[in-house]
Amino acid sequence: MTDTPLAPARRFAAFLPGPRRAAMRRPRSRAVSRFLRHRLAVAGFAVILLMVLACALGPLLIPYDQLHIDLRARFAGPFAGPHVFGTDQLGRDLLVRLLMAGRISLTIGFAAMALSTLAGTTVGLVAGYRGGIVGAALMRLVDAVLCFPSVFLLLALAAFISPNVVTITLIIAATGWMEVARVVEGQIRALKTRDFALAAELMGASARYVMVNELLRNAVGPIIVAATLTVARAILAEAYVSFLGYGIQAPVASWGNMLNNAQQYLGSAPWLAIFPGLMITLAVGGFNFVGDGLRDALDARVEL
Amino acid sequence: MARPAPTGPVLDVRGLSVGFADGRAIVPAVHDVGFSLAAGETLALVGESGSGKSVTSLAAMRLLPPAPRTRVTGSALLRCRDGAVRDLLALPDAAMRRLRGDEIAMIFQEPMTSLNPVHRIGDQIAEGLRFHRGLHRRDALKRAEGLIERVGIPDAARRLRAYPHELSGGMRQRVMIAMALGCDPAVLIADEPTTALDVTVQAQILDLLKGLQRETGMGLVFITHNLGVVAEIADRVMVMYAGRIVERGGVVPVMTEPLMPYTRGLIASVPRLDLRGGDMVSIPGTVPDPRAPPPGCAFAPRCSHALPDPCDAAMPALDEARAGHLVRCRRWDAIAAGDARGAPVPEVVS
Repeated sequence: MTDTPLAPARRFAAFLPGPRRAAMRRPRSRAVSRFLRHRLAVAGFAVILLMVLACALGPLLIPYDQLHIDLRARFAGPFAGPHVFGTDQLGRDLLVRLLMAGRISLTIGFAAMALSTLAGTTVGLVAGYRGGIVGAALMRLVDAVLCFPSVFLLLALAAFISPNVVTITLIIAATGWMEVARVVEGQIRALKTRDFALAAELMGASARYVMVNELLRNAVGPIIVAATLTVARAILAEAYVSFLGYGIQAPVASWGNMLNNAQQYLGSAPWLAIFPGLMITLAVGGFNFVGDGLRDALDARVEL
Repeated sequence: MARPAPTGPVLDVRGLSVGFADGRAIVPAVHDVGFSLAAGETLALVGESGSGKSVTSLAAMRLLPPAPRTRVTGSALLRCRDGAVRDLLALPDAAMRRLRGDEIAMIFQEPMTSLNPVHRIGDQIAEGLRFHRGLHRRDALKRAEGLIERVGIPDAARRLRAYPHELSGGMRQRVMIAMALGCDPAVLIADEPTTALDVTVQAQILDLLKGLQRETGMGLVFITHNLGVVAEIADRVMVMYAGRIVERGGVVPVMTEPLMPYTRGLIASVPRLDLRGGDMVSIPGTVPDPRAPPPGCAFAPRCSHALPDPCDAAMPALDEARAGHLVRCRRWDAIAAGDARGAPVPEVVS
């Protein structure tokens, strides 16, 4: 363990009443214990972990290809026969399609999160630190982009660009960075007035060093929370765009276009809609719960 | 680590004036402040809140907001290690950044907020060494360990890895001192470094600063409103009121024979434990609004010795009343003569 030097203090801490005990532990372990107390967040984290593992490994274990058509096995019901979740109108195995679609949805979710967090953090950091005219201009730009209804912006952009995983990711990221920018700008504006920022400048630190090492490091918690919620938003946005036919194109599966396809058979083969819908719900719900849990764990105003 | 023999002051501030923009007007905060500081000397800057003592030091460090919002004139000449004398107020930003934390350093009042909560103590002390000496992290941390020992923190190797919230206020102020002294600066500005601490810890920090100053021969500008601390640490005292120097001189003459009524009031208002009974003495009134200063002497409205004719007529000049003892008062000699006739003189507090 890296923190053995503090062992006596921590042993002593075990005798203190709850809050004092928590205060003596390292910030990281305090955050972890607060997160673990949040049951829904832990459940959400488990669901996401399971989903990622299933999407990554599942298709390797299932003896069907997502594009393999077997007309003799059309509309096979779930939980009966070799196709665990049943088949669609072309006799393609639903489970393997769900998992392959999950790869795409999760990839887009994480990639869009990474891009929009990077862009939002950069804009927010510069706007918050510089302030004045530069800050005002950047934040008004954020407001302006935020004014567009993002769904229409998404659809308008998607209509002009040939849809594939990369372009869909870029489009979703382009409509999702403003939240992060606002969060970061607010944090940095509050942090830069603290004495330690001045103290670092006093030691001869450059503006970039103060921004990244002194200020941004203190804003990591809220950024992680915003990023987690952005993943949920991105997955939902991808499903939305694909459902409307502007996203991932058939025959490649995505949760959104599977739902679109399922519409026609809603009466005769409801499982075609239920399973993708369930996957979207689980993924989005999972990330939102994790985000809430992280907010409580990282944002708690108890530390000095 | 003795410095080369001093040849003139390490820091020489001349004609420093600072104004803050308030809408279209400029509100003057500091007027024509000048002082010099020799190597190994301690100058105490005394005055109540708003007297301009912190603004003076922040202006010299170039840490005030930039030009349109503040106007700084005058010069602050720092004698650097290479023997060159540089005007801190005229240097380009990048050059100033190289000096800050290296040749001239500063510590603040509030050790609770001056340390970054997410960085380990060692890394924060090592920061300056990495900026100015180009050391790698591991070498800088090794030096930081030595510094932690030097400022009297026990168990240095372990403290290196601690976070600020694991240390007490006194320990944190020691860490701040270690940070400031990392590059062996010629001048250290300490802005009320003991105000936020317990009295017993205050004494320890003062002893530490005095000891370190003896070792390194640095010049120390000590900003405080605690006259007990002044008597303990200072060689010379500069009293400020409403942005101006009102009295400056050696610590003994200023504390035993204060000439300016304001200084006398400050000394008289120190609570005394050895005099039983009696109310606490205070100076009536408040500091004048810098937007609407009184026509004459800024202290006249609160001064029991003020007379309408000389005092309200014009701002008195800073006169050399005695050798090396300057006072900004028209009536200092009359007041001193009154003392000689038997008026009570406040005693020194030490």
